[in-house]
Amino acid sequence: MIDDLFHEALRSSLDHCVKCTICETACPVSNVTPLFPGPKYAGPQAERYRALGQSQDESSVDYCSGCGLCTMACPQGVKIAELNAHARHTVKQRTGISLRDRLIARPTVVGRLGTPVAPIANAMLQARPARVLAERVLGIHRDAPLPRFAGRRFRTWARHRQAPGTGTKIVYFHGCGTEYYEPDVGEKVVAVLEHNGFRVEIPEQDCCGLPLQSNGLFEDARKYVLRLARSLAPHARDGTLIVGNATSCTLMVKREGREILGLEHDPDLALVSRQMYDVCELLLELHGRGELRLDFQPVEEVVAYHAPCQQQGHWIGKPALELLALVPGLDVRELDARCCGIGGTYGLKREKYQIAMDAGADLFDQVEASGARVVACDSETCRWQIEHATRRPSVHPIEFLHQAYRL
Amino acid sequence: MSASLRYDAVVVGAGVAGLTAATRLAESGARVCVLAKGVGSTHLAPGTVDVLGYTPDRVEHPAAALPEFIAAHSDHPYALIGTDAIAPALQWFAARIERGPRPGYRYTGDLDRNHLLPTAVGAIRPSALVPETMAAGDARSTAPVCVVGLRVLRDFHATLCAGNIRRAGIDARAVEVEIDVGRVEANAVGLARRFDDESFRAAFVARLALLLRPGERVALPAILGLRDPHGAWSDVQRRLGRDVFEIPTLPPSAPGMRVYNALLAALRAAGGRLVLGAEVTDVEREGDRVTAVRAATSGHDTIYRAGWIVLATGGFGSGAIELGSDWAASEMILGLPLQGMPMPGEARFAADYFAHQPMAAVGVAVDSSLRARETDNVYVAGAALPGAVPWREGSGEGIALATGHFAAQAVLEREGATATA
Repeated sequence: MIDDLFHEALRSSLDHCVKCTICETACPVSNVTPLFPGPKYAGPQAERYRALGQSQDESSVDYCSGCGLCTMACPQGVKIAELNAHARHTVKQRTGISLRDRLIARPTVVGRLGTPVAPIANAMLQARPARVLAERVLGIHRDAPLPRFAGRRFRTWARHRQAPGTGTKIVYFHGCGTEYYEPDVGEKVVAVLEHNGFRVEIPEQDCCGLPLQSNGLFEDARKYVLRLARSLAPHARDGTLIVGNATSCTLMVKREGREILGLEHDPDLALVSRQMYDVCELLLELHGRGELRLDFQPVEEVVAYHAPCQQQGHWIGKPALELLALVPGLDVRELDARCCGIGGTYGLKREKYQIAMDAGADLFDQVEASGARVVACDSETCRWQIEHATRRPSVHPIEFLHQAYRL
Repeated sequence: MSASLRYDAVVVGAGVAGLTAATRLAESGARVCVLAKGVGSTHLAPGTVDVLGYTPDRVEHPAAALPEFIAAHSDHPYALIGTDAIAPALQWFAARIERGPRPGYRYTGDLDRNHLLPTAVGAIRPSALVPETMAAGDARSTAPVCVVGLRVLRDFHATLCAGNIRRAGIDARAVEVEIDVGRVEANAVGLARRFDDESFRAAFVARLALLLRPGERVALPAILGLRDPHGAWSDVQRRLGRDVFEIPTLPPSAPGMRVYNALLAALRAAGGRLVLGAEVTDVEREGDRVTAVRAATSGHDTIYRAGWIVLATGGFGSGAIELGSDWAASEMILGLPLQGMPMPGEARFAADYFAHQPMAAVGVAVDSSLRARETDNVYVAGAALPGAVPWREGSGEGIALATGHFAAQAVLEREGATATA
């Protein structure tokens, strides 16, 4: 029932499709492989047949990486990527979902298993024989960029930190990447927020459900995103803003959960969605009001900046660029290639790894040509892909603000 | 709470008109943000700048034809801004392309003489300013033409195109080249990306060279590169040892995307900002001034405060102006007063699709500085303006470019007057 209702809402947008092909020019995947016929073909065009139960071979929608660039490029407001996500879900319901997809869609399970045994787990993930085995047994490509467990959890640090007692209350949504792999990014986000007068609260939270959604596990994804909404809503209710650094996860809460999972009418999610900010979006907004602290010390560095697709899906432009421009000494070079290819978990899969690498090739070439030593990028899976493909470090933009504040 | 950001000028729309106005403002030192619901019509357009092609007879010399055209169409955008405003806009545009991210790629032409170039179906179209990669297609040349189709590009019919070029009095024939691109079907932009690769070009030319006759010009669909069109075109021309020209394709359009890429690069270089996906839904006003626009971004709205607003949202085609079932037309963002509506009882539409459609000339009412009526600081550019029927006049890009350029000038003059005061 819920499926039918929300699908109708999405599908009504496809009547606005005039077949102009602008989405086709934006798609990073159909550009490099014939296995995905392109957003217009797989989306608005095929949807008309699906509606009549006449769809043909639907296996190609699984090759959409869910980046969402088609929806953003569409001048008519057609929800192309969202329709494709729904079609993927329908196909997967019929064909079943592999153990691999069920596993990589659960970062909290993987994170909890790996963290206590991080040195062993990390060694395994780097070891060729183990990766070959994982490729054969699970279908995770042997060269795919898997993150290293930090061996500690961000929440452990958060529980023991000395939080300032004053300031404007703000809630930090850190996401799984920060929790298990990059707790230092979370620490820097908190430090930058506190430096700007916020009192940061870090309530209990779990995965937003995005990887489940992108792997077609809609029921599980709904449970996760609603559980997250329930735990954040009490804070949002008194007008408190929620801020996150993982742009894919914040987008899931802002929009994708509601649109793709059909949760438009959940009041908690609606509230949390409205109060959710990307950290760079929030800091630029502060700057717009003249409230951002500008006591930046010089950072002598040449940085390339790539805005991830799902950061672009916030439809807020590139606030990180404007923030980094405030740091003296920092020479920031904007890259305009569309996508790194990874699509969250897409590029980890044996059959999609090379497609993801090819989709990101323009970006990797631009990194090479930029002369930058380091790549700033808002989303963690994109950073891991960029590091893997370019052999250059890739960091969240907040790193440079943290460094410039000398925190 | 809504996020709120402050700019000197907010431009709504990322087509040629919007990007031109925004870039020009940014180049003059203004902090500019372009908000757009999606990519504009550049990706669909042929990439030529057609200023005036038909009045209704075919125009060979736009500069000579414009005064009479303006005299006969006093409500046309060109009549508002004056002919003198058009040439500087063309020069500005050509310079941005030349300076742009595609080394060597440039435009050729001016208002003195239209190029007469074949379209995808081989009809002859008059354009004032065209990419260098198209110029050799001019119908004034008597050199025979070989139109080259590719089997994978199903939207380009070389035989049809050549047949119509023949009807225009030029000896033309069609050939088809088969080349493996790893898929059964490709669009023009997909192929253009392949032509950025030198080894692909070499393989293509090797097949094509066998099919050509001495003295023929080579017409290719516009697929000669996205990243390096000048390099791709020069290379193919050199390898074939003869003139090669591109014919604009059905969408998506590689030359149109080159225009978008060049203008966006110029905007960025000048410090301007583009926000895609942000549909402007509402505005805030103080008296007759619009002080901010509200954009529907993911999750919450974002307020963009600005001293100046440039509305470059397009007309009926883009949904910027809508016609209701009650026959009332509305400008969808600000509800601005419109001009050119047929009076009650008058014909609104004509039965012949390509005939003069009275309703199509409806647009936002502006004064001679392109300022929207009943506002102090909202300027209008491009297809949102009234009085034009671009597809009959062959004037769409010319209007977009010249009015975008002019609207920025109008803002800068007001800004200058304010600063002096």
